[in-house]
Amino acid sequence: MSAIVAGTATPAPSASRRPRGGLFRAILHNRKAMLGAGLLILFCLLAAFPHLFVPWLHGDPQAIGDLPLQQPSSKHWLGTTGLGQDVYAELIYSTRESLIIAVVAGLGATILSVIIGVSAAYLGGAADNLLSMMTDIFLVLPTFPLIIVLATYAGKGNLTVIIVVLILTGWSYGARQMRAQALSLRNRDFLESARVRGERRSYIIVVEVLPTMISLIVANFLGAALYAVLTAAGLQFLGLGDPNSLSWGTMLYWAQNQGALVNGLRAWALAPGLAVALLGVSFALLNYAFDEISNPALRPVRRRRARQH
Amino acid sequence: MRYLIRRLGFFVLTLWAAMTLNFFIPRLMPGSPEEALRERLSKGGSVVTPEQLRTVLAEFGFEPDKNILLQYVEYLKAMVTGHWGVSVGSSLGVPVTDLISSALPWTLGLVGITTVLAFIIGTFIGMVSGWRRGGLIDGVVPPVFIVTSALPYFWVALLLISIFAIGNNPLLPNDFNYDQGLTPGFNVQFIGSVIKHGLLPAATILITAVGGWILTMRNNMVTTLAEDYVRMARAKGIPGRRIMFGYAGRNAFLPNLSGFAMSLGFVISGTILVEYVFNYPGLGYMFYNATVSTDYPLLQSLFLLVTLAVLICVLLCDFAVFLLDPRARTEG
Repeated sequence: MSAIVAGTATPAPSASRRPRGGLFRAILHNRKAMLGAGLLILFCLLAAFPHLFVPWLHGDPQAIGDLPLQQPSSKHWLGTTGLGQDVYAELIYSTRESLIIAVVAGLGATILSVIIGVSAAYLGGAADNLLSMMTDIFLVLPTFPLIIVLATYAGKGNLTVIIVVLILTGWSYGARQMRAQALSLRNRDFLESARVRGERRSYIIVVEVLPTMISLIVANFLGAALYAVLTAAGLQFLGLGDPNSLSWGTMLYWAQNQGALVNGLRAWALAPGLAVALLGVSFALLNYAFDEISNPALRPVRRRRARQH
Repeated sequence: MRYLIRRLGFFVLTLWAAMTLNFFIPRLMPGSPEEALRERLSKGGSVVTPEQLRTVLAEFGFEPDKNILLQYVEYLKAMVTGHWGVSVGSSLGVPVTDLISSALPWTLGLVGITTVLAFIIGTFIGMVSGWRRGGLIDGVVPPVFIVTSALPYFWVALLLISIFAIGNNPLLPNDFNYDQGLTPGFNVQFIGSVIKHGLLPAATILITAVGGWILTMRNNMVTTLAEDYVRMARAKGIPGRRIMFGYAGRNAFLPNLSGFAMSLGFVISGTILVEYVFNYPGLGYMFYNATVSTDYPLLQSLFLLVTLAVLICVLLCDFAVFLLDPRARTEG
């Protein structure tokens, strides 16, 4: 559970302006990025067209069946739950909600961190001090306990509450990086020339600064999405989600409550967690790859060169 | 010196922020604690008079008729002086501090040891991997630990249980902190049992926490190795191992140290889940139980305590950085 994982010590100060398409080419040439992107695309397909993966299912994927606690078989690929629901169908249909939480919460947190980080760097002075202090406080506050406290008070089970809480607690690390990079960009020539041209501040920030920071912003989104996936699953696993919703965390909650492991139903107990893990891995791989792309020093070196040392 | 004073100021400020959050969250959220408490107590079959309810809530610091600023000041005073109220959950009336002190040693032992261990191991592996850049270790390390660092804590816990602790003759126990038949004492049997019960939770935390530190340390190391003073050391013919530890590792370690304090929050969130899965009677498990029984005073005290723990670690790391990094001393 660490959004800190892929962040290197300092964001590369030399975020040079890349020609259009350079980013995509860089992704295509990075094995970690390709693997991560492949996994993510698979999950997107699962979320968008779940029925294609369970063609025999007509109706509710949570439909209660008459064979509870079955081991995996040709009919039920991952066995059945304590209520006789098909675990495989539930798993496929759960992708959507988990992915939505990840993307929405990740986007929200990233937007918040861009706004706070960039404005801290640009406003400077007292505003910067205040915003940086706020960022540091949020960075240190143990977020998961805070989320649990918030979710308990705000009423368990509400998806909006979970997403809002994830956004409120997930922005601080990114904001710090954004501020550092925006500070390093501040006195660059191309910004100076824009200022001399007499452009407005908002124009400079939106048109000149943000495009230069795009790789950091993307990396940040991936980190925030990873954090959101893991945290949301953890919350739902503890029973702080909507117990009737279709998501991996909720499946895990029921598996735990109905004693899946004790009954020896490993597939049911572990499959939803594996899905969470794989989605997390895809974000983490992409995140790390973006780090390599934005900081050339980290790119893998060829063996031959390394041996010379 | 200014550096230290600033860090101390940050410590106080963050603690204050946590207390303020603690104070305002229940008062801003929909649904009053009074309602929740009455509902739960009547569900439990006990008859509560409004007076009793009010007394309990007053202990909790919830007196809706009073001026909110006055309440706030009183709340802060109570928190600072250690009057954290009484539990309104499953152990009604027991002071929160008593409950916490019974669970604290278990968490401190389990989480404290494994976290520090993960940090040391992670830093070392990261250093070696960054040093032997492009070598065999470095080819394996980043991909493997990117994966482990993205695994959910509870899933690793479930996986370990399903491998080691399920079946007719399980290798290791999967719940509690020691065999329930034993009486706690300083003897081999008891200590052995504690270790046996702690093994799986510890492994879970270790597996998931170590990756982050390996990756950051490796990346710091790679960045540091490109510095001129490392090339200079090489040119002078200083042995490789000394460059690795004394030149590059030492400097790459500094950002990792501050990162350690920062990411502690993530570890703590993970341990709540781990303790829940393993029914390990530490603070994390208590946190979960407080949620289930909507035990607000306990919940808030635990949150405050966790914040305090993280802040103390941050402060310790700041001191360490102060000692290790001359820049922090002179910059102020």
